[in-house]
Amino acid sequence: MNEPRLRVSEIRTQGRGPYSLHVAAGECVSLRGPSGSGKSLLLRAIADLDPHDGEAFLDGEACSSVPAPQWRRQVALLPVESQWWLDTVGEHFPAAPCPWLAPLGFDEAALRWQVGRLSSGEKQRLALARALMNRPRALLLDEPSASLDEASTAALEGVVADYRRSEQAAVLWVSHSREQAARVAARHFQLQAEGLEEGTP
Amino acid sequence: MNMISLTPLDLALAAILILLLAGLSWYLRLGLQRTLLINASRTVVQLLLVGLVLKAVFANADLLWVGLMATVMLAVAGYEVMARQKRRMQGWWGYGLGAGAMFVSSFSVTLLALLVIIGNQPWYEPQYAIPLLGMMLGNTMSGVALALDRLTQSAWQQRAVIEQRLMLGQTRAEAIDEIRRDAARSGLMHIINAMAAAGIVSLPGMMTGQILAGAPPMEAVKYQILIMFLIAAGTGFGVTSALWLASRWLFDERHRLRLNVLAAPRV
Repeated sequence: MNEPRLRVSEIRTQGRGPYSLHVAAGECVSLRGPSGSGKSLLLRAIADLDPHDGEAFLDGEACSSVPAPQWRRQVALLPVESQWWLDTVGEHFPAAPCPWLAPLGFDEAALRWQVGRLSSGEKQRLALARALMNRPRALLLDEPSASLDEASTAALEGVVADYRRSEQAAVLWVSHSREQAARVAARHFQLQAEGLEEGTP
Repeated sequence: MNMISLTPLDLALAAILILLLAGLSWYLRLGLQRTLLINASRTVVQLLLVGLVLKAVFANADLLWVGLMATVMLAVAGYEVMARQKRRMQGWWGYGLGAGAMFVSSFSVTLLALLVIIGNQPWYEPQYAIPLLGMMLGNTMSGVALALDRLTQSAWQQRAVIEQRLMLGQTRAEAIDEIRRDAARSGLMHIINAMAAAGIVSLPGMMTGQILAGAPPMEAVKYQILIMFLIAAGTGFGVTSALWLASRWLFDERHRLRLNVLAAPRV
């Protein structure tokens, strides 16, 4: 059997789990579950931001065998609420031009915007562009369109799908919306306290 | 030295000023009269006690006694640093961090001053060693306490930002860099301001004391310059080492922010 791009093996975090799943290269998997069921905690554990039991593998390489910053550049977590700590948007981006601004509905001038004046929807889309700049091989998206209107949601879904195909990235997408899960993902998981259950969206 | 000895009556006159202030506080309902009087009494008692101790230590200039006194001073300073933190480190770290940083900086700078600069015989002569160390510890203590408090408070308030930076692949040092620089600035601002204002805005306390006690002004000035430099160096080394240790301790070996090393804030 081919080693999947992202494999989560028996991860237990904060008294929940064990959770196991795998996402193939270029595949998108949805993750749903009631509020407070620990979806964000699972994503944080996969990104190695919280202490946890179990292991995650990227192309067969164990998380614990790679320096943590390098792991997090490859396994990018996009949190529900992104943070911006410098004055302008552009200061949070590497110097290289960002190819995802235009498809997300921004022009280059957006990099000169003051972060204090960003709307939550703009923050969410810009945070995706910023995360993609690391060229991650796996994307962990935590309700990435929570504060987006329909047009922006479609743009974001398009950018993620294009990136997934062109880079053969593995995408784990947490969504509250059944319709969105069905739209973006090929396989679907429901998060339960004692584990993950694969099923319909 | 033509020193004019103060009589108890002289001190009583100064104490009347404190009583007047307490009266004013009572009249204006500032609510400060109680603390003011208690702490003024503490000054009298503590300084009289330390005077007795110093008299005894000066009388037998013994390395053991000087060392013992220095250890007690360091222990108290370490406790003070910990007590001034709103969110201090849990357990022994909370104490050892501040005390360790002050030990490294204050003790080494004081030793350097005694051995190399002043070059007294013997080097631990208490008349020089104790006041020097006291001045070093007092200032380093404020700097370290301020810097650590700023670091832990900011880390707590900005934990979302720190974690966001970690998510983007920054190392723990990069993720807390700005916070650490701010903390260093607030720890060192006091001594930097003191050096800028020295002699123009304020006559430093030690120099004033020496001049009042009859020392020639230029001698007092030279000692003051020495003291200022030593304090700046001691505070600087103390603050940077405390911040380095503390900011390292806020993360685990997998570069995860672990704020649970901080105790709940005291009210």
